[in-house]
Amino acid sequence: MISVAIIAAYLALLLGLGVMSQRLNKGTSEDFFVASHSIGPILLLMSIFGTTMTAFAMVGSTAEAFESGVGVYGKMASWSGLVHSAVFFLVGIKLWGIGRRYGYVTQIQYFRDRFESGAFGYLLFPVLVGLVIPYLLVGLLGAGTVVRQVTTGAFPGLFPATNGGVPHWVSAAVISGVVLTYVFIGGLRAAAWANTFQTIVFMAIGCVTFYLISQRLGGAAEAIKMADPVKLAREGLVEPSQFLSYALIPLSVGMFPHLFQHWLTAKSAKTFRLTVIAHPIFIMIVWTPCILIGLWATGAVMDTPTGLHRIVPEGANPNAVLGMMVNKLTGDAMGGFLTAGILAAIMSSLDSQFMCLGTMFTNDVVVHFCGEKRFTDRQKIFMARAFIVAIVVITYLLSLAEPRSVFALGIWCFTGFAALFPLVFAAVYWKRATRAAAFATVIVTAATWFWLFRASNYGLDRDVLIFGMMPVAVILAASAVTMIVVSLITAPPSRETLDKFFPPRLADASN
Amino acid sequence: MKSRTVIWTLAVVLAVLHQDFWYWDDRSLWFGFIPVGLGYHMLYSLATAALWAAAVVWAWPSEVEEEVDAYLKAHPEGGEA
Repeated sequence: MISVAIIAAYLALLLGLGVMSQRLNKGTSEDFFVASHSIGPILLLMSIFGTTMTAFAMVGSTAEAFESGVGVYGKMASWSGLVHSAVFFLVGIKLWGIGRRYGYVTQIQYFRDRFESGAFGYLLFPVLVGLVIPYLLVGLLGAGTVVRQVTTGAFPGLFPATNGGVPHWVSAAVISGVVLTYVFIGGLRAAAWANTFQTIVFMAIGCVTFYLISQRLGGAAEAIKMADPVKLAREGLVEPSQFLSYALIPLSVGMFPHLFQHWLTAKSAKTFRLTVIAHPIFIMIVWTPCILIGLWATGAVMDTPTGLHRIVPEGANPNAVLGMMVNKLTGDAMGGFLTAGILAAIMSSLDSQFMCLGTMFTNDVVVHFCGEKRFTDRQKIFMARAFIVAIVVITYLLSLAEPRSVFALGIWCFTGFAALFPLVFAAVYWKRATRAAAFATVIVTAATWFWLFRASNYGLDRDVLIFGMMPVAVILAASAVTMIVVSLITAPPSRETLDKFFPPRLADASN
Repeated sequence: MKSRTVIWTLAVVLAVLHQDFWYWDDRSLWFGFIPVGLGYHMLYSLATAALWAAAVVWAWPSEVEEEVDAYLKAHPEGGEA
């Protein structure tokens, strides 16, 4: 019961943070959506990192290490350190310049002007929303599984079917409600503050979790001796071609709507410097303990009155591994704190995603269709909130279906965004990229992604490889080829558009 | 050689070094508790952070900021989206 009280207190604290940030809110739709460009380097780092590290990083990495061994760090974490920062450097700073010059808030506003088509936004919007939903789903699935494991035995009379643990449908609903409330109270400013706070919480608590669990197992050296030796190397668990193809998945950061929004609206390009440098280190700090805990779980045993028993039985749901280790190896109170830390990681992703969806719907669909002056600020904020609630309800209902691997679902989500990377790269760097190519690229990407996702039984089948590589390799290739070929055979953009987005360099102009 | 060329060359070298086939079947432990396949990639993350720190110091695209400043000076009314 203590763990439940601590989790509840943490959720109440977050609501208090939302109320505090509301005092700084000017009450305008601009302040609600972009926090008046007032986010500095530390808030930006915490916000970007907190949003990127979702249940995928904590619950998913532990689960994947438990299932597929030590290679998971190389598959995602170390590639992300290299590729994420490269994308921030190559694409993010360019987009910041474009956003500052022309006042864009969302990626669709930019693409509409760059590709000279208002209709393009109506095509891209549902595709982006369709890809964000699995991202949200990863959060709700991860939160539900962890809370159920950690609260096992707390409510035996109320929830007998889950051994007294809070069932997924309750915890997912409560967490969605808390995040919606503080985001609705304070807008993007509340999301940024909550992200910063929660990122500190989950990194600190993650380190404490690691220490406590390792101590209960006799220290890290003893714990690793219990691990299944097969899982300590990549041989037989991942092929070199598959390992290499994971390099493409982190390209997804180039098209994440919430990151795009940060790039377009940041106060200064210099605010990105800290993010570019610290991102790989932050990833390492979060992923390493989770992976080691997942490896220990492959063989760790504990002494019980009936003898030695595996802490995580064979055939257990991999998503539940972190929750089981926390529940069985830490006390009730510490379990509550650790769960709060895990929920912090999950909620710090959900809030930014919720905000971004609302902003896109209001700016890119409603205002674009009906006109800027058709609605008051209050009406715009109301529409954003209504759309967010609708998406959260859809995601919540999907989360009640047959559970998927958090890691696999996260990979499918990132695959979709990564496959759209040629769109933004060509928009920023290639003058010859055309409207027709933009349409064709989005259609080909969405169709290929959906076809392969369906072939994987919507994420249930984990063994979908093409020529030994992850599906992202094929979808990204189809997207890039479409962009290049269609651009070359269709009319180039107008002179006016090229002058706007590819102005002569200052050095060139002064000569 | 220009600093940006050096930075991007090093990024390509790091990308190649990611494929550590020499540790593929190595189950030994560093410091008695870190599997070598994990330890190598942790060091890789630190090397990556060092690369991007060097990029920020020596290859920051300051021309983007200069162009924005020049644009906003010429168009004080700001963005038009």
